[in-house]
Amino acid sequence: MSRRTFTRRRFIATTAAASAAAVGFPYIRTSYAAGSLSVGFWDHWVPGANDVLTKICNDWAKKEKVDLKIDYITSQGNKIVLTAQAEAQAKSGHDFMTFQAWDPLDKHALLEPMDDIVGHLTKVNGAMDPAAQYLTKGKDGHFVGVPAVTGTQVKPPCARLDLFKKVGVDILEMYPTLKAPTKAAEHWNWDTLLTAAQKLKAEGHPIGLGLGQTTDSVDWVGALFASFGAEVVNAKGDITIKNNDAVKQVLEYMQKLTKVMPEDVFAWDDASNNKYIISGQGSMIMNPPSAYAVAKRDNPKVAEHLYTFEMPKGPKGRFAPYLPFIWGVWKFSKNKAAAKSLLSTIWEKSNVEKLVNGSIGYDIPSFASQRHFKVWEQIEPPKGAVFHYPPKADQKIWMACSPAPVAIANQMYVQGFMTKLIAQCTQGGMSIAQAIDWGAKELEGYQRS
Amino acid sequence: MAAVLPGSPATTAARGGGLRRFVRRKSTLAFLMTLPLILLIGGLVIYPAFYSIHLATLNKSMERFVGFGNFQFLFNRDLFWMVVKQSVIFAVTAVVFKALIGFCVAHFVHNVPAKGQRKWRGMLLIPWVIPPAMSTLAWFWLFDPSYSAFNWLFARMGLPTITWLGDPYWARFSVILVNVWYGAPFFLIMYLAALKSVPEQLYEAAAIDGANWWQKIWYVTLPMMRNIISITVLFSLIVTFANFDIVRILTSGGPIDQTHIFATWAFKLGIEGNDIPLGASVSLFMFPILAIAAFFILRDINRRGNEA
Repeated sequence: MSRRTFTRRRFIATTAAASAAAVGFPYIRTSYAAGSLSVGFWDHWVPGANDVLTKICNDWAKKEKVDLKIDYITSQGNKIVLTAQAEAQAKSGHDFMTFQAWDPLDKHALLEPMDDIVGHLTKVNGAMDPAAQYLTKGKDGHFVGVPAVTGTQVKPPCARLDLFKKVGVDILEMYPTLKAPTKAAEHWNWDTLLTAAQKLKAEGHPIGLGLGQTTDSVDWVGALFASFGAEVVNAKGDITIKNNDAVKQVLEYMQKLTKVMPEDVFAWDDASNNKYIISGQGSMIMNPPSAYAVAKRDNPKVAEHLYTFEMPKGPKGRFAPYLPFIWGVWKFSKNKAAAKSLLSTIWEKSNVEKLVNGSIGYDIPSFASQRHFKVWEQIEPPKGAVFHYPPKADQKIWMACSPAPVAIANQMYVQGFMTKLIAQCTQGGMSIAQAIDWGAKELEGYQRS
Repeated sequence: MAAVLPGSPATTAARGGGLRRFVRRKSTLAFLMTLPLILLIGGLVIYPAFYSIHLATLNKSMERFVGFGNFQFLFNRDLFWMVVKQSVIFAVTAVVFKALIGFCVAHFVHNVPAKGQRKWRGMLLIPWVIPPAMSTLAWFWLFDPSYSAFNWLFARMGLPTITWLGDPYWARFSVILVNVWYGAPFFLIMYLAALKSVPEQLYEAAAIDGANWWQKIWYVTLPMMRNIISITVLFSLIVTFANFDIVRILTSGGPIDQTHIFATWAFKLGIEGNDIPLGASVSLFMFPILAIAAFFILRDINRRGNEA
């Protein structure tokens, strides 16, 4: 196979020419990408989702005459994190890699700037979600990654329509089938949830919101804090947990909510909440539609009552717990231009739709303009089961632990700071004031540089 | 004696003979045979150990030498001291129970008639031969927060259920229990081998002297097994201190960090938290504790060896 060198200069020249046509992605139509490319993608939970991505990539490779090698790396046992750490240490490995949310900014010195790709995507799709920008834009103003289409998710409530109706909360009245939320949704707030949760506990079907240290728990708690305006570290990195009424309010609220949830929520991992709702015992969890998809297979009678809709509103608004994967290109890659070309191809709207369809609506694009695909209307039963899953206007997409500087937020996130703070003043026996003192001391440790 | 000129056949023969003698020397042969293992240990143990010492002296972004700065930082963290305490509780409790259970079961198996003994030995070794990641997953399901098989049984018997992994104290109990279950067969097999090597005449002599069952254990069995007990305790202490998989799978260090041990916390800080130097410092902290334990135990064994 003949291999031509695809220089950056040539890439930029051809890109500029193609941009003038303003049709599709500039990198593709005039791309001369050649040579080999090694890619590490996240191994999707949804069966068949990887096949769609493989086909898109192989079609691109065939067209661009690139010798492409794809590895699907699981996040089970943190394998994807370990792979990225090992490649960062060895400065060798894949050209194009899927990173967990906090990794790109931590490894910014090792990653290729993505300003050209982000600039183009923004031009075509409108603004990228601020939460995605927070995780990809460095202090120097350069982007070092692009949110991945595959695996990026939000974790809104997935609840039992029948059980909530029984305790006086008509979810369909607030979030009707295949229609925009009604005025009644204004009343879907944390207080409504607490009242419903108390009644659901009495009915023998408590809600189950994880308070462990894995992502499902940390993400929804991050959104809860944000909706109360409870910022424990501000964007400058100052610790603001002390003398903070909003933090006290959240903790007081959680002292009430934990009383009506299963005792073991503090030990839940990302599988526990799924099992809880699928079993038919639970009435609500916070999760992407993967729990619903498994319920359809394993317990269809439960699945036909499961409905995904917006987060409860707090004093500061409604926040959707967001967790992206991020695509980045290593600086040590020998074929950066080809990697960027592939990245642009995947982000073409038609391909994004294919990927979202392939994931049965699990994946959430990080551009609001790409959150209106048919797949979210088509999934049933019940009709419109995940229509309200992709966040729309009323909800702000929120990364837990933001707006703290990423180095601090990363520590807060992986150590489950906010869930531990709640656990300290509920299960741990501390008073709220003691928990806050404990939290302030912990946060000081996270400031280390 | 005739002079031997350099380069002459006699000199070459002498050199060849010397080389042959060198190669045939027992110590050379032993060295050559152990060389593959030395290289393996050098590459996979010694080099990483020195590399982690190097990492532990860098700042968070690994760009600057900070000397003992990371250790200084750790010493000021409450969580670090909690992890130290938990690691000691975990390792010491688990090793004591493994040793006790191993010792008792070894006696039972030793007293089983030779014909059926092999079956018992095989069955009792099962926990030790199953990869711990797999068996711990099975335990995780038994302790499952919502669907624990134990709780199902308790509920059937009218007993209150237990939040095995959700309550800090029960979670500590659970991780120790699984470690004991996994490690006791190692003690059993070592003690069984030691028991078999105790000369029967000693028990006969003790019996003639009127020793009861307990006195035979105290004055015959235990002194004869002292070295093997010390070695197994030392070995198990090292392995248990460095344990990762059981805690990682069962609790990931939770709830509220109350089951974290050195290895799991080092992983949390270093790999998940992108702070490799701090993670390396935590993992290195095991070294002095184990070195002190190893020093005293091995010194004791040497002393006894010299007395013998």
